[in-house]
Amino acid sequence: MSSHRTDYDDAIVRKFISATVLWGAVGMLVGAIIALQLAYWPANLGLPWTTFGRLRPLHTNAVIFAFAGNSVFAGIYWSMQRLCKVRMFNDSLSNFHFWGWQAIIVSAAVTLPLGLTQGKEYAELIWPIDLAIAVVWVAFAVNFFGTIAVRRVEHLYVSLWFYMSMVITITMLHVVNSLALPATLTRSYPLFAGITDALVQWWYGHNAVGFLLTTPFLGLMYYFLPRAADRPVYSYRLSIIHFWALVFLYIWAGPHHLLYSALPDWAQTLGMVFSVVLIAPSWGGMLNGLLTLRGAWDRLRTDPVLKFFVVGITFYGMSTFEGPMMSIRAVNALSHYTDWTVGHVHSGALGWVGMVTFGMLYWMVPRAWNKPLHSQDWATAHFWLATIGIVLYVVAMWVAGVTQGLMWRSVTADGLLEYPNFVDTVLRLMPLYWIRLLGGLCYLAGTLLMGVNFIKTATGSATTSSEGLAHV
Amino acid sequence: MSEPLHRKILEPNARLFAALSTVLVTIGGLVEIVPLYSSALGPEHMDEVEPYTPLELAGRDIYIREGCYNCHSQMIRPMRAETLRYGPWTRAGEYQWDHPFQLGSRRIGPDLQRVGGKYPDAWHYQHMENPRATTPGSVMPPYTWLLADTYDKADIVATVGAMTTLGVPYEASPESWVGEAVDTQAQQIVAKLKDAKIDTEPDREIVALIAYLQSLGVDGKKAVAARGGGA
Repeated sequence: MSSHRTDYDDAIVRKFISATVLWGAVGMLVGAIIALQLAYWPANLGLPWTTFGRLRPLHTNAVIFAFAGNSVFAGIYWSMQRLCKVRMFNDSLSNFHFWGWQAIIVSAAVTLPLGLTQGKEYAELIWPIDLAIAVVWVAFAVNFFGTIAVRRVEHLYVSLWFYMSMVITITMLHVVNSLALPATLTRSYPLFAGITDALVQWWYGHNAVGFLLTTPFLGLMYYFLPRAADRPVYSYRLSIIHFWALVFLYIWAGPHHLLYSALPDWAQTLGMVFSVVLIAPSWGGMLNGLLTLRGAWDRLRTDPVLKFFVVGITFYGMSTFEGPMMSIRAVNALSHYTDWTVGHVHSGALGWVGMVTFGMLYWMVPRAWNKPLHSQDWATAHFWLATIGIVLYVVAMWVAGVTQGLMWRSVTADGLLEYPNFVDTVLRLMPLYWIRLLGGLCYLAGTLLMGVNFIKTATGSATTSSEGLAHV
Repeated sequence: MSEPLHRKILEPNARLFAALSTVLVTIGGLVEIVPLYSSALGPEHMDEVEPYTPLELAGRDIYIREGCYNCHSQMIRPMRAETLRYGPWTRAGEYQWDHPFQLGSRRIGPDLQRVGGKYPDAWHYQHMENPRATTPGSVMPPYTWLLADTYDKADIVATVGAMTTLGVPYEASPESWVGEAVDTQAQQIVAKLKDAKIDTEPDREIVALIAYLQSLGVDGKKAVAARGGGA
């Protein structure tokens, strides 16, 4: 490494990349198991620790906080050092962040099957782990803002705006939603009650989607896509407008999870209106991403990195259209409580978060390890496995959701329920649950193939020349 | 916010950038959450809806532990098909003592908001032992350990104490009365189960869970009726 170059900390990036792949595989495997449990109940195994009710939070927490979380951190540690032209502020903080986050994940994997939970969706972890999350997150925030403070580039690049909004907003959401009174070492009860608790929870839940699964991934898109495509960002002006609009509007949308509930009507309406308005900044981001590829579309035929990015960004556009539609009361009346919602989150999670992560990793791994990717063909195979898996999954859930929603509301000419026996509306879904499982297994197989590809890359003997990819 | 201004003022100034972001992400939450604490804009209080008994609270903790909310909602929407299936739609006051809320977001099983009193205690016992015995075709796993495992009274005392601190109106010093209240209610459930030829002990988790499930929506229904509302 020549002396005039900044000595970037890529060891921490390699750690976060490895954790992303490992926890991604684990989280998706648990997802496949609980998908099987819905199609075939004996797969609950008759044990307390393996029932759907305890494993589903394990799946959601693993995928959101372990897979997507580590992915965001890997991308941020790589890109912000280069965008600030400076090494991370403090190596000890970087390592504390990494090991602390992994310890939190392991403790989640132990406590959730034991039934230790706060019982709030996506915020199940018990209060001692919540405290640990706060400590590790603050360490990350100090490291993050420290790096920005000592940066050698005057202007903050657009990726950093999005990262910053994540660091700030997740802190606020986690602290407020976790306000609880401990009764024992493993149990606590939230300060908020009833419908207020529900609103706080969905203010948190919806914006965990917004500020952990959307804004940081947009930041990653703005860094990695132009580099992979070798094209500048399409519109600087658009990035400014959609950033500030997204940051301001997203936070209002939480009540769309509580439409037709006992939440006061005015709050429901606010949630619905802001959700619909959110289409604009969301599509601003999508268009800025896709149009960045202008002049590089031919490379889509050969470059797996760009394939992943394009499908990922397209799914972002699709699910940010679907979400606002589902936030309209008339649509929500049909979709709520059904698998339509499950399909919607998976088009975001598998389609957007997953595909952008994979594209980023295939670009970053050869550079972080300074070795050429073991197999481009495997990467392309992964792309098709993942894409086919998503389509099977999402279409099965759309059909299941609409089917069950219509069966619930169907009344006879005499004004009686056509399907008074609830279980009839569940049994109708079974073929679709098997298709969903097949889709999930395709997606998981692709992830495992990626893992093997990366292990072979990292342990392979070939190296990239010293003037190679690492400092691109 | 024109382009050069953004570049000139905000992008070089990380503190200003962070401060502006913080202000913007805070507004929505404040506007939506704070008014819920006002009497005009917030949820209506319902005198008829009483706090859970200590045994019901213990059952609620089991409900939370097993993650029942992953498959069952507790929120009936104001729609004809919903009220036909489940009963009167849910009012906010019915949740007033719920720490945490358990509205749920997906119905793989039916809504439980008004399951209280819908089935006899023995039905719930058999349903937890083998869901397909009461509901042929059900995809719910059996919860046989609830029939064998016991709850801890000291834990319930701690829970009631915490709820009191949170503002739920229980009698003071729970250690002096909770044990007896738990025993009395548990014995009633055990007796009802015995009538259905099911032998169990009052300290079993299943007894607490039945107490909780049988309480769901009962007070709320009274409150709704008192306000002249029905389905």
